[in-house]
Amino acid sequence: MLKSRHLLGIADLASEEISLILDTAEAMKEIAARPIKKVPTLRGRTVVNLFFEPSTRTRISFEVAEKRLSADTLSVAIAQSSVTKGETLLDTVRNLEAMAPDMIVMRHASSGAPHLLARLCRSVIINAGDGMHEHPTQALLDAFTIRERKKRLDGLKVAIVGDLLHSRVLRSNVHLLNRMGADVWACAPATLMPADLARFGVRPTTSIDEAVDGADVIMMLRIQHERMHGHFIPSTREYYSLFGLTAERARRAKEDVIIMHPGPMNRGVEIDSDVADGPYSVILEQVANGVAVRMAVLYLLAGQEGEAD
Amino acid sequence: MPQVMDADRMGRALTRIAHEILERNGNQRGTSDLALVGIRTRGVPLARRIALSLKDIAHTDVPTGALDITLYRDDLMRHAVGPQPLVRRTEIPFSIDDKRILLVDDVLYTGRTIRSALDALIDFGRPRSIQLIVLVDRGHRELPIKADYVGKNLPTSPKQSVQVRLQEIDGEDDVLLQGDAI
Repeated sequence: MLKSRHLLGIADLASEEISLILDTAEAMKEIAARPIKKVPTLRGRTVVNLFFEPSTRTRISFEVAEKRLSADTLSVAIAQSSVTKGETLLDTVRNLEAMAPDMIVMRHASSGAPHLLARLCRSVIINAGDGMHEHPTQALLDAFTIRERKKRLDGLKVAIVGDLLHSRVLRSNVHLLNRMGADVWACAPATLMPADLARFGVRPTTSIDEAVDGADVIMMLRIQHERMHGHFIPSTREYYSLFGLTAERARRAKEDVIIMHPGPMNRGVEIDSDVADGPYSVILEQVANGVAVRMAVLYLLAGQEGEAD
Repeated sequence: MPQVMDADRMGRALTRIAHEILERNGNQRGTSDLALVGIRTRGVPLARRIALSLKDIAHTDVPTGALDITLYRDDLMRHAVGPQPLVRRTEIPFSIDDKRILLVDDVLYTGRTIRSALDALIDFGRPRSIQLIVLVDRGHRELPIKADYVGKNLPTSPKQSVQVRLQEIDGEDDVLLQGDAI
């Protein structure tokens, strides 16, 4: 079982809990192939999707997962809510809680926002991305996709390349892949490399050729223009020529390498279209697997609703 | 711990059930629209064994699937708190539309598992009919459900527990009855 009643980050999960989520997701994946893609498990439960930052993939993925489990879902788009009228996060959530939802899925631009809610609210909180901190369900669906293709996680060389400084996907993936025994390489320009990455058991490098060499998995991350307040890269063209994944660079990896991207992609910046649409790309599998992984998380956390911390 | 069925009797009971299936379903349409679905965990190897028997007796290949009913249970999340039961894969690699489904489980008790299994099956299509096969019927039904084929009727008290052990999972074949009858 899961020890916490919330899913706030991968850092809190033990390897058995990660395996439990991935195993459960395997069973959930089959539901998508049925004529009726729905099970009655969360009938009568209400899940609120509270997205304070734009999101298409993650929000829709959570909505589909909730509907497949028969939960009642409502999604709050912040642009149309009272937040634009000056309401604080806590007031927004307390008002929502007065309507007695069972779970809240939240994305927020501030790191730690879901942790604050978890302390102060009754609902089960699922972190759908908080600032530059964690995005646990993304790391879980990445791991699920790798495990499905490679049948294991331990001993694999995983190269994560891109804007690492601003990436919650990197942080969650580093925690998860480390815990499961993978050999993680991180590659970025020096300006986008977080300090002390080596302390987390990651091998940092500024050479994409070195990172990709012999890799089983290449994970490309987006240049996050919206989080860049300052000049981190001279130009996207230069970034592409030094750090973009081209078919030629990908050839240094293992023959059966898989290429991943959490989306949204900047084609011609961090990844070439040839690679993104090529035979090694599992980018759309990641999206399909996201639904199964989120169903697993919702199911496993639904058992712990009554508990107080 | 008293053994109420050994490997030999279990084998004979399953062979008898295979004969009964052919007797009941053999004449009008042949066996071409039959399919076996075992309920996880122990219904699955039982369904495979019945499929083997049917092949031996009638030289017919009956497709076999595995059904996990966890997500359909009526007691899910009714307890205050607790770990969620493990969900395992459902594998039904054929269409059940217009098939005569033979649903297989090891023990028939309250009938709630079968109720869940019926709900789950209907989500896969519209079978022509569903028949129920159980190795042991121990009584104490809480729902209006009855088996079509029974390996052994075993009168029990609700305080007792019936344990079916199968070679494929437990390393041996037998049925044990635990606890006092009162």
